[in-house]
Amino acid sequence: MRVLAAMSGGVDSAVAAARAVDAGLDVTGVHLALSRNAQSHRTGARGCCTIEDSRDARRAADVLGIPFYVWDMADRFHEDVIDNFVAEYAAGRTPNPCLRCNEKIKFSAVLDRAVALGFDAVVTGHHARLLDGLLTRSVDAAKDQSYVLAVLTREQLDRSIFPLGDSTKELVRAEAHERGLAGVADKPDSHDICFIADGDTQKFLRQRLGDAKGDIVDDSTGEVLGQHDGAFGYTIGQRKGLALTRPAPDGRPRYVLSITPVNNTVRVGSAEALDVSTVEGDRVVWTGGERPQGPIECVVQVRAHGKELPAVVTLRGDRLVAQLRGPERGIASGQAIVVYRGDTVLGSATITAAA
Amino acid sequence: MLPQALDAYVETAREVGNASSLHGPGRLARKHIEESRERIAAALGARPSEVIFTSGGTESDNLAVKGIYWARRRPRVLASSIEHHAVLDAVRWLEDHEEATVDWLPVDSDGRLELASVNLDGGDVALITVMWANNEVGTIQPIAELAALAAAAGVPLHTDAIQAVGHVPVDFAASGVSAMSVTGHKLGGPYGVGALLLGRDVASTPLLHGGGQERDVRSGTLDVPGVVAFAVAVEHVVKEQQEEAARLTLLRDELIARVLEAVPEAALNGPATPRLPGNAHFSFPGCEGDALLLLLDAQQIAVSTGSACNAGVAQPSHVLLAMGADPVAARSSLRFTLGHTSTPEDIDALVAALPAAVDRARRAGTF
Ligand SMILES: Cc1ncc(COP(=O)(O)O)c(C=O)c1O
Repeated sequence: MRVLAAMSGGVDSAVAAARAVDAGLDVTGVHLALSRNAQSHRTGARGCCTIEDSRDARRAADVLGIPFYVWDMADRFHEDVIDNFVAEYAAGRTPNPCLRCNEKIKFSAVLDRAVALGFDAVVTGHHARLLDGLLTRSVDAAKDQSYVLAVLTREQLDRSIFPLGDSTKELVRAEAHERGLAGVADKPDSHDICFIADGDTQKFLRQRLGDAKGDIVDDSTGEVLGQHDGAFGYTIGQRKGLALTRPAPDGRPRYVLSITPVNNTVRVGSAEALDVSTVEGDRVVWTGGERPQGPIECVVQVRAHGKELPAVVTLRGDRLVAQLRGPERGIASGQAIVVYRGDTVLGSATITAAA
Repeated sequence: MLPQALDAYVETAREVGNASSLHGPGRLARKHIEESRERIAAALGARPSEVIFTSGGTESDNLAVKGIYWARRRPRVLASSIEHHAVLDAVRWLEDHEEATVDWLPVDSDGRLELASVNLDGGDVALITVMWANNEVGTIQPIAELAALAAAAGVPLHTDAIQAVGHVPVDFAASGVSAMSVTGHKLGGPYGVGALLLGRDVASTPLLHGGGQERDVRSGTLDVPGVVAFAVAVEHVVKEQQEEAARLTLLRDELIARVLEAVPEAALNGPATPRLPGNAHFSFPGCEGDALLLLLDAQQIAVSTGSACNAGVAQPSHVLLAMGADPVAARSSLRFTLGHTSTPEDIDALVAALPAAVDRARRAGTF
């Protein structure tokens, strides 16, 4: 079997490629150049796709003795991930760019190209398992990435190989050392959003969307409590940084309840008002067997690294409705709701509303 | 490396010695260097004192371009738009950092310099630099005509002859150029050794200051085994040039004919003749050169696309762009190079693999 290993220059993808080689696959390494103007080196744990990362990936491929190429996906990444990220914020939603990148770049543009070039599958260093074709959490719960893979369709999963899902991150690093992948073995994990190198999402959005002053409104009274510089600066459930001079009558903290881009309004209210028990989503993907006809008992996860919430989920065409067993706070539109049974991903949808 | 160059390398490396010291082993090392200098000079039509050893083509090009620019203290540089990056980027650097004004000389659709664009008037030209033969599309440049223009204007002409030596007749003195770059690894010699042939009356400011070796133009202890092996290789390829060129031209013409037959949409880039004997370069419409490279590489067929930037991302070739290709066409091209180890079987293997690879690459589309 001929496979294409996506190699970021990090430890996970290097070990994943190594394991694919050990498994007897015919492996070709590819580094995706995603940045239009790559920086020469990383600063700290943030950012990716620097020239240094590209070299680290090449060095790892050389250690493994596999062919290695760089694919320029910068334009696709800009359009499908970065522009979308900005547009989603502008529309008052909270996107997850990693998930989007998996959906549109790694398991779409890259996979399609790989298949066209005669490869059978793509190998990545994601921490997740495929058990009998079913997407399943990694054994390392803290590093599990099934959430950001849950948008993948059956066809995409069938052409994916995740060699790391049954190992902890610690083990992966130790293995990298043993394999002589010293250059990547101790590289820090990447955090945050790879294309926002300094980690300042607000600044990044402000540069692209500009200041747009609007009102901060009390959700229950409709009273204008203050001004903001751009609704994109707020996330549902946010408490800090509201800069409201007038305290709430009951003296309790106020939280962002909703963002309405049409009139550029941020609505705030009490913690209780954040509680929701119904979550709705669209763009349903169902990979965990037959689509259920009626309601099913399951758990859902509504943000990356979020906790599992018991729920009853019903599918209606391209829509999903989850009735949570208990109230949950700060559920943002644009994030994914991922449905699990045990460690197995059944499906996912993009959150459109929560009440 | 050519076997005889490799043998010379190993033999010399066994002998200890530092070419700059005065004791016995040092004298021996120096003897090796000077003999090599004489052999290269004789093979390339230069005087021994005109041979300045360097670390390779990139250094030779930089030494010529920057060194002559600084030594002449004049603002203008003329450079062809299809130079190798070792010249191109050195000239750009002078433009950005040393206030040089540059005439980028255009080429025609075959990659041949437009002689009419060469304007050496005004007394303000530091140098003109035009490669002898282009490394991507194999076009041979009108060096004799340029040298005549340069001589009439009293302007030094530098030529990067890295792709020419061993493939076409090259005679430094007869060509009339003032400076000429050569490198070892392109002619069956070792990596990391080359030379700048620098006319005795041509001044060049050193890039490397130090012990005053190499006419004080290029300081640093020389790599004695490398220099010896380089000389053996130069001598060999120059001696064999005519015969090898005839053999490669036949083989190359067969390659071109059979590629065009196997993939009728393919288009040859560069002239049919005069052209470097081992060079064939095509555009494959609808394909990424990179995808073809990957597919052929998987079948042990080594080909090249243009150049890659720092991060390894393929760039459309500046040579093809200068020849008037659009970026998409430029990205769809591939170079096939034949050398002293190439055989008719290599062409059979290529022609057998190519149509399917082109098909696949076309399906993969562009990025
Ligand atoms: C035309 C030309 N100039 C310069 C160079 C650079 O020479 P080197 O690799 O020896 O530094 C090369 C290729 O290597 C070349 O083909």
